[in-house]
Amino acid sequence: MSNTCLEFRNLTLGYQGHAAVHHLSGGVQRGSLTAVVGANGSGKSTLLKGIAGILKPISGACVPGFRRLAYLAQQSELDRTFPARVTDLVSLGYWQKRGLLGRLTAADKIRLSTCLDAVGLTGFEKRPLDSLSGGQMQRALFARTMLQDADLILLDEPFNAVDARTIADLIVMIKGWVAEGRTVLCVLHDYVLVRDHFPESLLIARKPVAWGATSDVMTSENLRKARSFQEAWDEEAGWCEDDAGRERQTYGHDHHTHLPHQHKVAGHV
Amino acid sequence: MYEDLIGPFLRYGFMQRALFGSLVLSVSCAPIGVFLMLRRMSLTGDAMAHAILPGAAVGFVLFGLQIVPMTLGGLIVGLLVALGSGIVSRFTVQKEDASLAAFYLISLAVGVLLVSWKGSSVDLMHVLFGSVLALNDDALTLIVGVAVITFLALAVFWRALVAECLDPLFLRSVSRIGTPVHLIFLTLVVLNLVGGFQALGTLLSVGLMMLPAAASRFWTNEVRAMCVIAIVIAAISSVSGLLLSYHASLPSGPAIILTAGVIYAVSALVGTRGMLPTALTSRRHKTA
Repeated sequence: MSNTCLEFRNLTLGYQGHAAVHHLSGGVQRGSLTAVVGANGSGKSTLLKGIAGILKPISGACVPGFRRLAYLAQQSELDRTFPARVTDLVSLGYWQKRGLLGRLTAADKIRLSTCLDAVGLTGFEKRPLDSLSGGQMQRALFARTMLQDADLILLDEPFNAVDARTIADLIVMIKGWVAEGRTVLCVLHDYVLVRDHFPESLLIARKPVAWGATSDVMTSENLRKARSFQEAWDEEAGWCEDDAGRERQTYGHDHHTHLPHQHKVAGHV
Repeated sequence: MYEDLIGPFLRYGFMQRALFGSLVLSVSCAPIGVFLMLRRMSLTGDAMAHAILPGAAVGFVLFGLQIVPMTLGGLIVGLLVALGSGIVSRFTVQKEDASLAAFYLISLAVGVLLVSWKGSSVDLMHVLFGSVLALNDDALTLIVGVAVITFLALAVFWRALVAECLDPLFLRSVSRIGTPVHLIFLTLVVLNLVGGFQALGTLLSVGLMMLPAAASRFWTNEVRAMCVIAIVIAAISSVSGLLLSYHASLPSGPAIILTAGVIYAVSALVGTRGMLPTALTSRRHKTA
């Protein structure tokens, strides 16, 4: 089996022809722990949605080398007023294994309580979702992610509205997943956390600024570059021709054949 | 007392038919209403009910006041509007409430034009408010068929429906079933409205769907229990509404919906999650 869990081939993602992630190429190593860093609107969440298959690429491709994927979206995407209990939410994690009609086995239920225990939510099984705090909710969602038993795990700002103690617990869990050989991509804003816990980083600002070992990526020079991108869409922006003369940023892999495409360029770093 | 409550149903065939039809309809409509409410689409049922009108009107214009053509017309137009607005919202930036409003307004305008062009105002009243006391075999067969389809579909797609309401992004990351399930659900809404259309008319059929569902929210915080409670409330409303209409010589459709409305108001006040218990317990709290 190849050592690449996920490969981007000149991937461009966006909305209505405007690129939000621009010409991303490179591979994510199996069993790596990567922080995806960038300002608001730099395309971090868009990238995760593209990997999860929720958003179709404008051009290029995202080549999967993984068996199963777990995607944890930002908490705000979830309807917390829905009348469900914690177990109802967490057992959604069995979807890939049990599908639409499959019943949960006794072993499944035991594993579910093991996972709830691992996130410190034993005794919360019957609690309605609207009674959970932000941190408890995130713990429940981590339990669901564990149940998915995925080898590629995407986390979109999992530490938002979560206190320091919970963050520490969740990071221990993430490191445990990596130790089990799973690959984790995590969007986050806290540079201290990134430097302390994430060996690899991908810094993006609509297009990749730097990708590699965190100490090489999170330099003040790179961070300054990443800040100065243009956040707003520019209707006057020219069509991206991606001419051969311009050097394309490629990491870890050779150039791939580039399919013709059209999307607007808004701001260069 | 006993005579007043049971007598009408024992004595008259039309009352038995009305009872059977509205009870089956209660069992079928109420869970659909619960999911409409949970998906924040409570007004969608109302819009869809309006959208059915032109279909029924085409049937009425072509064949007169007959159930089969009017039902088929309603079904076809209802599905067109449901799928059309569903597709517009899934593939454009427009949210479903806006696309549905556009579709149903067009549909309603066409429907009212057609009915007033060909029929009298008495006919229009019939189309709008239904006639549960005149259910024939065709109508009863239709209602039973709708109920069977609804229950089979709910049984199969239950987990997907819950996931779609609770965490649609998660569902999209693990399965492609989200969009088909949404369209199947809209189809069920139309089927139930068309079923209710004969018994209660286009304007009130949505009442039996939404009022019991909305009332059930005041009693429980669990989806299955909400469906059961909504069915019970709909059934009670049907029986009491029919009796009310029999004894007080009121039109049956509005009588049923008004009963459901009273149950809703009572639930909102005294339900376990209603206003009074919430207000009364607000000062008491547990230490942990």
